[in-house]
Amino acid sequence: MITSLDTLKRGQKAIILEFTLDQVPLKLLEMGCLPGNEVELVQIAPFKDPMYLNINGSHLAIRRETACHITVETLSDE
Amino acid sequence: MSKQLNVALIGNPNTGKTSVFNQLTGLKQQVGNYPGITVEKKEGVCKLPRGVKAHILDLPGTYSLNASSLDENVVIELLLNKNDKDYPDVAVVISDVENLKRNLLLFTQIKDLKIPTILVINMADRMERKAITLDVEKLEERLETKIALVSSRKNTGFEHLKELIANYKSLSVEPCVNASVIAPEYFDRLRKAFPKQDLYKLWLVITQDVNFGKLDRNEMQGISSFKTESKSNLKRLQQKETIVRYQFINGVLKETLSIDHLAAKDLRSRLDRVLTHKVWGYVIFLAILLLIFQAIYDWSSYPMDLIDEAFAAAGEWVRNTMPPGAFTSLIAEGILPGLGGIVIFIPQIAFLFLFISILEESGYMSRVVFLMDRIMRRFGLSGKSVVPLVSGTACAIPAIMATRNIESWKERLITILVTPFTTCSARLPVYLIIISLVIPDQKVLYIFSLQSLVLMLLYLIGFGTAILSAWVLDRILKIKKRTFFVIEMPNYKLPLFKNVAYNVIEKTKSFVFGAGKIILAISIVLWVLASNGPGENFTNAEANVTARMEAGAFPQDELDKHISAEKLEYSYIGYMGKAIEPVVRPLGYDWKIGIAIVSSFAAREVFVGTLATIYSVGSDEEETIKNRMAGEVNPILGGPLFNLASGISLLLFYAFAMQCMSTLAIVKRETNTWKWPVLQLVIMSGFAYVVALVAYQLLI
Repeated sequence: MITSLDTLKRGQKAIILEFTLDQVPLKLLEMGCLPGNEVELVQIAPFKDPMYLNINGSHLAIRRETACHITVETLSDE
Repeated sequence: MSKQLNVALIGNPNTGKTSVFNQLTGLKQQVGNYPGITVEKKEGVCKLPRGVKAHILDLPGTYSLNASSLDENVVIELLLNKNDKDYPDVAVVISDVENLKRNLLLFTQIKDLKIPTILVINMADRMERKAITLDVEKLEERLETKIALVSSRKNTGFEHLKELIANYKSLSVEPCVNASVIAPEYFDRLRKAFPKQDLYKLWLVITQDVNFGKLDRNEMQGISSFKTESKSNLKRLQQKETIVRYQFINGVLKETLSIDHLAAKDLRSRLDRVLTHKVWGYVIFLAILLLIFQAIYDWSSYPMDLIDEAFAAAGEWVRNTMPPGAFTSLIAEGILPGLGGIVIFIPQIAFLFLFISILEESGYMSRVVFLMDRIMRRFGLSGKSVVPLVSGTACAIPAIMATRNIESWKERLITILVTPFTTCSARLPVYLIIISLVIPDQKVLYIFSLQSLVLMLLYLIGFGTAILSAWVLDRILKIKKRTFFVIEMPNYKLPLFKNVAYNVIEKTKSFVFGAGKIILAISIVLWVLASNGPGENFTNAEANVTARMEAGAFPQDELDKHISAEKLEYSYIGYMGKAIEPVVRPLGYDWKIGIAIVSSFAAREVFVGTLATIYSVGSDEEETIKNRMAGEVNPILGGPLFNLASGISLLLFYAFAMQCMSTLAIVKRETNTWKWPVLQLVIMSGFAYVVALVAYQLLI
């Protein structure tokens, strides 16, 4: 299913498809957030924001407002 | 060998770069600032095989050569400027075996600058536990470099690294990724326009907003015409470059690295589940904060009492052993009490930096940022503001510098503006001495000491005011918001004792020497002003007092006290204090406190030292500062000068007033204008005055 990154549930994995370049900082790309890479939602902070991700082995947290600009395809639930 | 060998350590944050630096240089290191900016510059000396000496420079951590902060600018400016005296003969890129893929991005960029580069793979001791296997030879071949597998924890691999550094001339300088493939035509034009320049260097100059002040302007003339590509186009190209680099890295690592992912998922997820839990996460954070305050107030009080007594004894010793005269009195009554006022801080500052560096080193701080971001954002701050606000309890200066990794300018500015409200350690001695004078030493509910509760309350007031003013500023400031927020969640690590210890020593030292200079100068000036006076009232003080008080009716020491009080009153400082007394009287202070407050505008901690100096002038007994203050009598109302009303008023004044020149200077440097520091000074101090006034008038 194609959706945006902020709709993932905890523990869900997805493949990054594309993103709005102007809304996503270069630093995030450099940390591995690139089309084709796998992303896992590790944890959501209390109050639902920010989101703790594992992108391609890099662990990082971003805000929901950035995550909603990243389009992903979810991998079938395990 | 006459010319020294320049080595630069470069790496992502959280790769253990500082541990490698500490292992290489030991205690032969210096920490200073880059000229003109407040970025910390760490350098040291390392002995290499065959008697070669290397100058090691620890550059700020960065994820890539695309700078987005002042710290990162330092890295790229140095690497692009061959004329810089620190320009590295060899670059050592530090990577962490578990994040090799991401770490190699920076490595390939540096390699493209044609600097001889060594790759250090740190935390090699973790490989077995995490079931990581690495074909080092093959990796060396593919990356055209030499690799040192090291472990700072186990202290292994460093001899090999030193050997590699010493043989830097044999390193290949071939780039491993050709960046020009991302836009062949564009790069072709660039090459033709600047045939003499290195292509990748040109590309970096074009894409960065860095001020390349030191680069040869003539060489770079006309470069602005190549910025014609629109900003978003340039960013598109940078994205393409990143993808190309990762493609290369993925290809290389596929052949050389294998990780058993099941083995890798262990401690992190279990700890994260607890530490970022919606209830336990906050409970644990609060408990850690409480522990920190306990250490600052309770544990450090023992060494502090010793220091206080030692300085009193030293003053006494000087008075008794050195020949009487102006010089002895300068030392015993000016310099020693002034110095005592700063040395007494050392235990507290050391504890604070101890905790902060353990929290940072262990990886816990990122979890706090993660937990707090949503809450802080409600007040116009970022989760990353937590670090400055917590370190602000040590000192606002490093705290304000720690705001640099906040991506949004508005959130960063607000953090800078409100951080001085947090209770810095310079306020502590003022709080401690006043609390011990005016708050009774009682237990509440049998276990909590009333005095520590009041201290805790003052911390909460400081923190609360910071948060509330952030909320107000968020509504007032009209700055276009463009919030990016990315934070790495590093692996949990047991903090290395060496790193923590070095950090604590370094931070304490720079604080004590920085503040010490100001305090020493002020105490000398104060002593001069207090031991001299204009006119006959000062010179004839002794005779006047003796005449007024019938000789023999009072014991000699009582008489002496009156003489020294009279002298002080007619000294230069006495006149100055009297001049400002009308301003501070409504707050419940006398002119001596007024002088102490005025001199505290240089730095708050001067307050205690100033009172110590003022009260020491003319006093012969060995007494601690506290006893002298307790004996002061309110000249108008009678009763102790430091009572509940004036004490609370003073505490609140110090809680809110902006009394630190160094902080103002840092704010100026970080915001690049005098507007913000001046506003801070006026608004904070005005607010402090009003609050102190209201408190005194209500309590009296």
